[in-house]
Amino acid sequence: MDSGRPQPTRREVLHAIGMLGGASVLYQAMEAMGHAKESQFAGPPNLSGARSGASVVVLGAGLAGMLAAYELRKAGYKVEIIEYNNRPGGRNWSLYGGDTYTELGGATQKIGFAKGNYLNPGPWRIPYHHRTLLHYCKAFGVALEPFIQLNHAALVHNSKAFGGKPQTYRELAADWDGNVAELLGKAIDNKGLDSVMGAADRDRLKEALREWGILDKDMRYVKSLQTSRRRGYDRPLGGGVDGAPIASTPFAFSDVLDSGVARTIAMHMENQHQTAMFQPVGGMGMIGKAFGKQVDGLVRYGAKVTKIDQSGGAVTVTYTDVASGSERTTKADYCVCTIPLGILSQIDLDASAGLRAAIAAVPYSNSVKVGLEMKTRFWEEENAIYGGISVTDQPISMISYPSGGLHSDGPGVILGAYMYGPSSYRYAGMTPEQRIAGALEQGAVFHPGRYKEQFTTGATVAWSRSPFTLGCCAQWNEATRKEHYQTLVAVDDRIVLAGEHASYIGCWMEGALLSSLDAITRLHKRALEA
Amino acid sequence: MKTSSFFVGLLLAVPVLAKPVAPDPGAKVYEELCQACHMANAMGAEGAGKITALAKNPNLESADYPIAIVTGGKGAMPWFRGSLTDQQIADVINHVRSHYGNRYKDKITAADVAERGLPAPPGRER
Repeated sequence: MDSGRPQPTRREVLHAIGMLGGASVLYQAMEAMGHAKESQFAGPPNLSGARSGASVVVLGAGLAGMLAAYELRKAGYKVEIIEYNNRPGGRNWSLYGGDTYTELGGATQKIGFAKGNYLNPGPWRIPYHHRTLLHYCKAFGVALEPFIQLNHAALVHNSKAFGGKPQTYRELAADWDGNVAELLGKAIDNKGLDSVMGAADRDRLKEALREWGILDKDMRYVKSLQTSRRRGYDRPLGGGVDGAPIASTPFAFSDVLDSGVARTIAMHMENQHQTAMFQPVGGMGMIGKAFGKQVDGLVRYGAKVTKIDQSGGAVTVTYTDVASGSERTTKADYCVCTIPLGILSQIDLDASAGLRAAIAAVPYSNSVKVGLEMKTRFWEEENAIYGGISVTDQPISMISYPSGGLHSDGPGVILGAYMYGPSSYRYAGMTPEQRIAGALEQGAVFHPGRYKEQFTTGATVAWSRSPFTLGCCAQWNEATRKEHYQTLVAVDDRIVLAGEHASYIGCWMEGALLSSLDAITRLHKRALEA
Repeated sequence: MKTSSFFVGLLLAVPVLAKPVAPDPGAKVYEELCQACHMANAMGAEGAGKITALAKNPNLESADYPIAIVTGGKGAMPWFRGSLTDQQIADVINHVRSHYGNRYKDKITAADVAERGLPAPPGRER
């Protein structure tokens, strides 16, 4: 610290702590000062001083593997990446027109989307607090644009509400708030809250409820121009002769309850879905491609790992070159292994019994996505829905309108299904054509007369049939976390695991990246102490 | 086992009273769940890792093995105790052990699954 200055800035203090105590101390300090509450990212690791000639083999060219390779090479290691697919990115991936995808079981899809359109089979949105991912997107030149998560014009469908007719989120959410405010006001008047609040707070709450729920002077949520300002008008404001608006009538509260809109409100409130969210311009796969560029020349593609040995003071990886079928080996001082656990559990791995047990203890979830290309953006032109998500209680669970290319002509791809749980298994068991047909049929409830009519071509990925993951994401629970997590992330002699499965932000790219930075920081320390 | 062959005999003896054969409830569970990975023909598949073929699988000789796996999971395969009923687990195991080139004659019941299955772990976390 420069003692000549009277007061160090906060940034200087943080920097000093970071240099002295490492990233975790810096994080704690930032937390104490009120920053970084939602991410553990404290900047790139800035590793340096690898021993001369030291080498690392990285297994997997997903985001975790490529970040490990990028940072370790900067630190001075000789790095090689072994990857099963013939592309970088792993689950970070977009399917474009002209691409071909063959799932397990042999079904092959030739994607027919128009130029520029895509389906993101895996990750599709980036929370603003996923600072690691945002940092490397900027560093690697990935252009981002807003991802629209919450759209008040999007629809909520419940087959048991409103006769199965979807309603706008705007109306339902307004009526939910208004009715809840009115009911709470009644509870106060009926002395229902006397036991938990003093008189002054009750009065203040009533005033707040009036404003929040748009209640009238009698504390009622009623049809009025005021409530219509939130839920929409029967005739909107205009100009000239018929410029005056006509108020709309709120729904009956029992119908609002039936719609299940509270679940949708809660979904948007989740920390991972709060505004702002981002997506790369041109598809999520742009991130995988950008990372791939950074490790260009280091990756051996089309290589299936069959054995990992760490006897004799080195790590020896045996793999099959998928194209030729020939078996090869590569040797390095250390190994960062990002292979999904379901696959890793099948590989002959020379590691402690504890690590092998941890790898075998974590099952994978499933998920199915379907992309549907439509000739025109009728949802924008006719419904004024620009991006966002319409939800349903049908198996597809939701449809999402593209956040890219807003207000343009021509074809757009709707995410026509995002299934998990039982529906995802049912649909993964179908042929791709059946999945697309099912998604089209169900999604038509939102846009009858348009959806099926404007459809041109679809694409679908069922993660349980993904050749390179055997599932979607690692599925931990409290018991397995307790028994296996620390063993799973610990450096095992010369090997360390990384990936979303080695994090508490499971299923998100941020988890994969934070896991990777933590793993290589510890591996580097281990290498310097050896 | 005795009960089921008794009923088969009964049905053959009095065909007039025989109702149409009830659809195999295990086939429905297989279609809606298992074939997401093990495939409609139960042949499994292979990519970077392998999905076990259930067709002509000698490990199915003892029903205890599939009971342990369906209730407890294995590797990437999640456990299904809790998301399937014990009856559904018994049905689907009976289905697989008597189809896809498997010809094991003994049947298991929901009680067998309850007795020999692994308990569902508490809670899931995504």
